[in-house]
Amino acid sequence: MQYLLLIYGDENGWETMSEEERGQIFQAYGTYTQELQDSGAMVAGDALQPTPTATTVRVRNDETLTTDGPFAETKEQLGGYYLVDVGSLDEALEWAAKIPGARHGSIEVRPVMVFEEDM
Amino acid sequence: MQEAFATALERWPRDGVPANPGAWLLTTARNRAIDRIRREQTLRRKTELLAALENAEEVDETIPDERLSLIFACCHPALATDAQVTLTLRTLGGLTTDEIARAFLVPEPTMAQRLVRAKKKIRAAGIPFRVPPDHLLPERVRSVLAVVYLIFNEGYGPPPRAELCEEAIRLGKVLAVLMPDEPEVLGLLALMLLHDARRDARLDAAGELVLLDEQDRSRWDAGRIAEGRRVLDRALPLKRPGPYQVQAAIAALHLEPETDWPQIALLYQRLDCFAPSPVVELNRAVAVAMAEGPGRGLELIDSIGGLDGYRHLHSARADLLRRLGRGSEAAESYRRALDLATQPTERAFLERRLAEVRSGA
Repeated sequence: MQYLLLIYGDENGWETMSEEERGQIFQAYGTYTQELQDSGAMVAGDALQPTPTATTVRVRNDETLTTDGPFAETKEQLGGYYLVDVGSLDEALEWAAKIPGARHGSIEVRPVMVFEEDM
Repeated sequence: MQEAFATALERWPRDGVPANPGAWLLTTARNRAIDRIRREQTLRRKTELLAALENAEEVDETIPDERLSLIFACCHPALATDAQVTLTLRTLGGLTTDEIARAFLVPEPTMAQRLVRAKKKIRAAGIPFRVPPDHLLPERVRSVLAVVYLIFNEGYGPPPRAELCEEAIRLGKVLAVLMPDEPEVLGLLALMLLHDARRDARLDAAGELVLLDEQDRSRWDAGRIAEGRRVLDRALPLKRPGPYQVQAAIAALHLEPETDWPQIALLYQRLDCFAPSPVVELNRAVAVAMAEGPGRGLELIDSIGGLDGYRHLHSARADLLRRLGRGSEAAESYRRALDLATQPTERAFLERRLAEVRSGA
């Protein structure tokens, strides 16, 4: 089964971090990604630019409304994701717990919906 | 097979699990089936049963594991607590959706909805049906035990709902059969049995709460007490103590003819290491008051932080002040407890005590 591991955290924390601290986090993510790849569970994964770079689009009555900023202002923002393919929720949860961001932020684990051909 | 399982539930917690539970179950199932065949007169019935037994043979060995996998799925931490409780009762307990709804004072359609949503999440999220691997087991066993204990406490009340206590104990026995090497599983079962043994004595004829030391001991269920003690005696030699075993040991000491308060105070201290909480500290203070006098107990109670909104703190404090002959302070604490108490039986008890200290002062 595929699961999307959504990494939420306070992106302001990142801004105020020292160069050294950022380096440590990069390294931790590098190690984690390598481990995930080696296990064969990794499908995809990316970090996202912070929410000030976000643009939100809505179409209402065939009219496109484009606004600056993220969809919702929240305390923790979506900062990146991994898409993993594993046997069960327990394995997905174990991979989620190993993400460096889990130590200060939160990881939301969502199963990817599968549409059966014969449905 | 079902009958064999029921027999196992009765016998294993008492006698211990046989060396090969699977084979034991199978033999018992076979013996039971033969008994039944002898009772049945028609050849057709005989053939059917034998066929069922033949077919069942391959899966019989795995049945205990399947049941255990189901328990772990129902109590998976990815499910909300009320969903865990509902699923466990519906899937593993003997209760219908309607009975569960009534026990939890929820409309039947709400409970049915809750079940549908929980089952949907198990499927959609890929919650595994399996016994968790060793590194996850301690956390998951805790989660399973918490669900069973929650069901028991719902039933223990007040108000008491016997069917939930019975169901929790039955589940506890299933777990004790399936995980005979987990001392906390045995600890929880012993704890529930020892508490439940006093069920009939906890309320008087008018339905009012009767305190432990004022209960009519002849109304305690001696069979349950003995069973609880036997289960606890099986847990302790495994030498992995935990909060349920400690609580069961405390419950067992409370059932002795002479209460060993110093020992109970020590066990509460131990419990506070496993599961630190101001409520445990309060219980320890009460035990110390009984062992060393109300003055020492009062000192401990007054050093507990963060329990000002807890009615039992004020009623315990009031009781110690009453025993120290400080009537007006006791009355003040009884009033604080009354402000917080909502249960009619408990309020009636506190009001009686308040009247006593007022007339005595």
